[in-house]
Amino acid sequence: MEDITKKRYTDGKPKLRRFHQARWDEPIIFELSREGERGILILEVEDEIKNEVGKVLSTIPENMRRKQPLRLPEISQPRVLRHYVRLSQETLGTDLNIDVGQGTCTMKYSPKVNEQLVRVPQMTEIHPLQDEETVQGILEVLYNFEQILKEISGMDQFSLQPGAGSQAIYANASIIRAHHEARGEADQRNEIITTIFSHPSNAACAKTAGFKVITLYPDEDGYPDLEALKVAVSRRTAGLMTTNPEDTGIFSPNIEEFVKVVHEVGGLCSYDQANANGILGITRAKDAGFDLCHFNLHKTFSAPHGCGGPAVGAIGVTEELAKFLPVPVIEFDGTRYHLNYDRPESIGKVRSFYGVAPVILKAYAWVMSLGAEGLREVAEIAVLNNNYLLKKMLEIRGVSAPYAKGKRRIEQVRYSWERLTKDTGVHSEEVGLRAADFGVHYWTSHHPWVVPEPCTLEPTESYSKADLDEYIEILRHVSEEAYANPRLVKTAPHNSTIHKIDHAPLDDPSQWAMTWRAYRKKVGKETG
Amino acid sequence: MREEKPTVYPYIPNSVPTVKNQMLKEVGAKSVEDFYEDIPEKLRLKEKMNLPKPLLSECSLRRHIEKILSKNKTCQEYLNFLGAGCWQHYVPAICDEVNQRGEFLTAYAGEPYDDHGRFQALFEYASMMGELLNMDVVNVPTYDWLQAAATSIRMASRITRRREVLVSRTVSADKLSKIRDYCKPEIEVKLLDYDSETGQLDPNSLKAEISSKTAAVYFENPSYLGFIETHGDEISKIAHDHGAICIVGVDPISLGILAPPIEYGLDIVCGDLQPLGMHMQFGGGHAGFIATRDEENYVMEYPSRLFGIAPTSVEGEYGFGDVAYERTSFALREEGKEFVGTATALWGITAGVYLALMGPQGMREIGEIIMQRSHYAMLQMSKIKGVKCPIFQSTHFKEFVVNFDGTGKTVAQVNKALLTRKIFGGKDLTEEFPELGNSALYCVTEVHTKDDIDRLADALKEEVE
Amino acid sequence: MDKSVFYQSVKRKLGLIVNPIAGIGGRVGLKGSDGEEVQKRALELGAVPQSLNRAVQALERVTSLKDDLEIITYPSEMGEDAAKECDFDPIVVGSIKEGKTTAKDTKNAAKEMLHLGVDLLLFAGGDGTARDIYDAIGDRMLVLGIPAGVKIHSAVFAVNPISAGDLTVLYLRGKCGIREAEIMDVDEEALRRGFVSAKLYGYLRIPFEKRLVQGLKTPSGGGEREAMEAIACEVTDRMEDDYLYIIGPGTTTRAITSKLGVNKTLIGVDVVLNGKLVGTDVNEAQLLKLLKKRDAKIIITPIGGQGYIFGRGNQQISPEVIKKVGRENIIVVATPEKINSLRGRPLLVDTGDRTVDKMLSGFIRVITGYNEHVIYKVSY
Repeated sequence: MEDITKKRYTDGKPKLRRFHQARWDEPIIFELSREGERGILILEVEDEIKNEVGKVLSTIPENMRRKQPLRLPEISQPRVLRHYVRLSQETLGTDLNIDVGQGTCTMKYSPKVNEQLVRVPQMTEIHPLQDEETVQGILEVLYNFEQILKEISGMDQFSLQPGAGSQAIYANASIIRAHHEARGEADQRNEIITTIFSHPSNAACAKTAGFKVITLYPDEDGYPDLEALKVAVSRRTAGLMTTNPEDTGIFSPNIEEFVKVVHEVGGLCSYDQANANGILGITRAKDAGFDLCHFNLHKTFSAPHGCGGPAVGAIGVTEELAKFLPVPVIEFDGTRYHLNYDRPESIGKVRSFYGVAPVILKAYAWVMSLGAEGLREVAEIAVLNNNYLLKKMLEIRGVSAPYAKGKRRIEQVRYSWERLTKDTGVHSEEVGLRAADFGVHYWTSHHPWVVPEPCTLEPTESYSKADLDEYIEILRHVSEEAYANPRLVKTAPHNSTIHKIDHAPLDDPSQWAMTWRAYRKKVGKETG
Repeated sequence: MREEKPTVYPYIPNSVPTVKNQMLKEVGAKSVEDFYEDIPEKLRLKEKMNLPKPLLSECSLRRHIEKILSKNKTCQEYLNFLGAGCWQHYVPAICDEVNQRGEFLTAYAGEPYDDHGRFQALFEYASMMGELLNMDVVNVPTYDWLQAAATSIRMASRITRRREVLVSRTVSADKLSKIRDYCKPEIEVKLLDYDSETGQLDPNSLKAEISSKTAAVYFENPSYLGFIETHGDEISKIAHDHGAICIVGVDPISLGILAPPIEYGLDIVCGDLQPLGMHMQFGGGHAGFIATRDEENYVMEYPSRLFGIAPTSVEGEYGFGDVAYERTSFALREEGKEFVGTATALWGITAGVYLALMGPQGMREIGEIIMQRSHYAMLQMSKIKGVKCPIFQSTHFKEFVVNFDGTGKTVAQVNKALLTRKIFGGKDLTEEFPELGNSALYCVTEVHTKDDIDRLADALKEEVE
Repeated sequence: MDKSVFYQSVKRKLGLIVNPIAGIGGRVGLKGSDGEEVQKRALELGAVPQSLNRAVQALERVTSLKDDLEIITYPSEMGEDAAKECDFDPIVVGSIKEGKTTAKDTKNAAKEMLHLGVDLLLFAGGDGTARDIYDAIGDRMLVLGIPAGVKIHSAVFAVNPISAGDLTVLYLRGKCGIREAEIMDVDEEALRRGFVSAKLYGYLRIPFEKRLVQGLKTPSGGGEREAMEAIACEVTDRMEDDYLYIIGPGTTTRAITSKLGVNKTLIGVDVVLNGKLVGTDVNEAQLLKLLKKRDAKIIITPIGGQGYIFGRGNQQISPEVIKKVGRENIIVVATPEKINSLRGRPLLVDTGDRTVDKMLSGFIRVITGYNEHVIYKVSY
């Protein structure tokens, strides 16, 4: 019997996978419709009810009744299931791939036990307005998790209400505004300062909250520029909203000075901790003097990303700002948990009810399974993995890591393929699409691309050395292909579900279609 | 100081000491401390964080969580008549099956190539919602209805370049709070009166308040208080006559039997997807949709992602991508195009699955079934002495206001009594709508059997008569 | 799999002009290549013309579109050679005296190609070539420069020949936006004597890459035109009465005057007071005269590819003028794209007066949108 294993290795290294994504050529769901098919039947109404209420539909005023037939697809149950399972096969979730390529997203392992724990009736079949006595369990989880975040960040009080990072940043901007309003300085203080490498939501949310946004560019080494900050602050400064470490993976060593400068002019400082994964247990928002912070529970705290939510952005503030937190807040009197709505200075509601409880429960369970030492290990390994990846990436032809040359990074790095592009004409996005041919993701950067031909990788603590080696091997291979056969890379992906998309219609109002009905109209096949 | 025998964590492959050391060596670092060199000593946490002792084994973790959760009383053990923004509808098994699929559960921001399935699933969700609403543009969902309403209002403000919105008084306090906070930078919020007999938005109030400063009119159908608004045509006409945009918030599960708002002149439609296949989850199953006509000036104002269909280089292949990615603003004075980020995509996909399972027949049936059950409940409750139900002389969908003034009991008292009988009574509206006296908002859906409703009626009867 | 996707099935027309003597001075240490004397000297020193190589490098990137493209060019060294070396079968128009081509030939070639309706004119050359093309046809045709000059000051060039080729392909595939870019007139005689004196000559329209920004969680904010309009709103909203506004050249500053309903000269300095034009294409003397009577603010934007806010194309705003107005009254505007194109390099000033340069350097606020500012470094 031949040793198959031997053929899978070259020089002791596993060969690259001959990956091909599932390609089902799955029709759009409307095309599966077959008249008369039913996907599910509904609990029937008892005759007694029907007799007593009569024809309820005729009690609806004529002008409010649906008259046009509803044109949803008619599909039997197994066919619906099959359709969606196929679509899921055509999606590269973290469960499936070495997901180090979605930098800033912190694509770590979402433990399956937590997934099971939130799908029990004690979590799914509880109504948020139930008498508090009947939901002490979930309130305990929410309260306990707030205490955990207090310890991790050093802040005095938390709210788990915002529905994701961006909504958290907006809430923090609202709190900053409320603070200045209470002091009669809201009109005067209308500027928020941020940095170009902070998450774009810092600027966007501040602007949405009505502030003028001042963006600082980094110094030559890529660090946020303290001198620039000094020029930016004035009596019009409401606050500073910044991500640290930034999306380049660089920790601002002057962060405390930054906070001092802003405090000196009477502004507040808000810490976007989307990039907290490398500093858990290492450094805290409060110690650097921050007044507000937020965490993404679907990033650092392992709740799964769900294709883009549901999610939670937990906000934390100092004692002084606690009165502005969204309402209600959760309190514990030693025996009972209680929702307190009596918060006259609160900014009000940010999101329905109290936050996405199942996401919070998953985050809670994750922290409980690790403890303080485990969280420390998470941070340390995330950082070790990242610096290991950095070393290997820099050995690949055409790659550079701008800024902070020779220094270590925290949990992610923004690389540049500028050299490769100069030599071969292959762009960063094209490298990424070719990498997808080997079953991995790859992300460039937020807009604007300050780093040319960017590529942002964040390994997190969830991947093994072998996983990282495989990812590197893939990028090395693609780099070599770019030099030897750029056409192959430029025309990627080759092993994906579909081929090169023609984006032109998506920018043309006469052609774009965001629903099937719009599409059918525009291609001239509208029926009735 | 590290302990003698370091723990190897199942979620952290490289926590195996030999691997860790090997990697450190390869990177040329003495220890992980090297990596934190940029962090000033002063900012370094000196002690271990004071967190609960870890539950390292999966078994102990499970026990811990289950023990805590067992303190909750579910709506399976108790009979639930609460609504008010979160509703108990039946969730088909296939909905849970699909949103548990690891690929969907753990995907995020991949390309329309490696994540083609995700794009198609969301495009299909938007398409099915489009059919429900008779509208051609539907967004990738935002956080919830509160956000969808607030964003719709700001979109209207940007499109019309005006800074005032008129909001129906019968929206929830929570929604009003959110709208006020979100509109604060730009837009003034004014409230419109309702007819005390029917609850309906009073068109005279609208005529009195509306002006050339009005960007939008916002109301809900069915109202937060459960009745169907019937003046949609008139409201939208008045709005349009003044150059204002008309926005309505709807309950998607009602649209199998209620007319799509576009038919009575509505420009922007928003609402919550939770009834379409999401468990209540203590308020964790919400997702907000926004829909408009396919007109450039509307499309350009969406802060959300919009997924469109596109051809690929191979004939017959469906591709997807972001529409108008570089979204220009037609009203440049606006404070930004708001923001977008992670929101509720998985619930969007789930809503699509729900609609596909239900089909046109199912959506028609469930609307009627819900009404049959809620009307039966109203009839039973109205037979109880001292109870006025419903207080509004309008047709109701699944929720209705019940007044207890005639019983001499407060809603709180009634609900406490119901609780002892393992029933969750309707939401206490006494503080939210003081003009309605001792009133509560009850919700009856397709899950409430005749026995359930009779049980409620009997319990109330015993309590108040 | 290598199928190209086109909007239309009609063959696109690509114009090609190679300036055979561009950049000839550079390799042998001469600054610039204008003038027969300099050219003779360069050849004597053994200079080898670079523009042919550069043109070939660019065209090689376009060969994949060969079947759907028509190349229209001038004879032998002015483009035919380059095209043929890449296996194209070009349509050759016009006539030249080989080895003795002049600016007139460039201009004729440009005119001819405009007449023939080319979709994009690719030219290999330097600032001088760009000016010649502008002189001949203004901005009536879309152009893109393959850099082959010594030091390029104009912004109508791609970063390098490969980039020029790639951009051409993207444009032909309909994936590009169009923007205006500055052509500079650098006094090469002055350059040879050691100082830079650059005037703004005009604007040409060039394609630019609409990068497919990917993996998105947040949409981008809009295109160049919209950014300029946002800036215009921000500036005009905050304009004060009774202040003179000295507005420098540039497309971004032009958006501001458009918003006011005022006609701005594209390459000159204009002055506005209370929303009305009170000075058109003014020089230093005229500015100083106006400043005698009123306080003023200056609105400027970086000109050219190197990020100069003073000293390239707006020397009329002299050190005297700047001192009179005061640093705190200088308003710098630039789109986010413009700031990013600096790749972290500082904005530059070269007023001719070192003390004024020093005063201007440090950090400055730049308006980049509505309610959006950036703090950026200024150097001299």
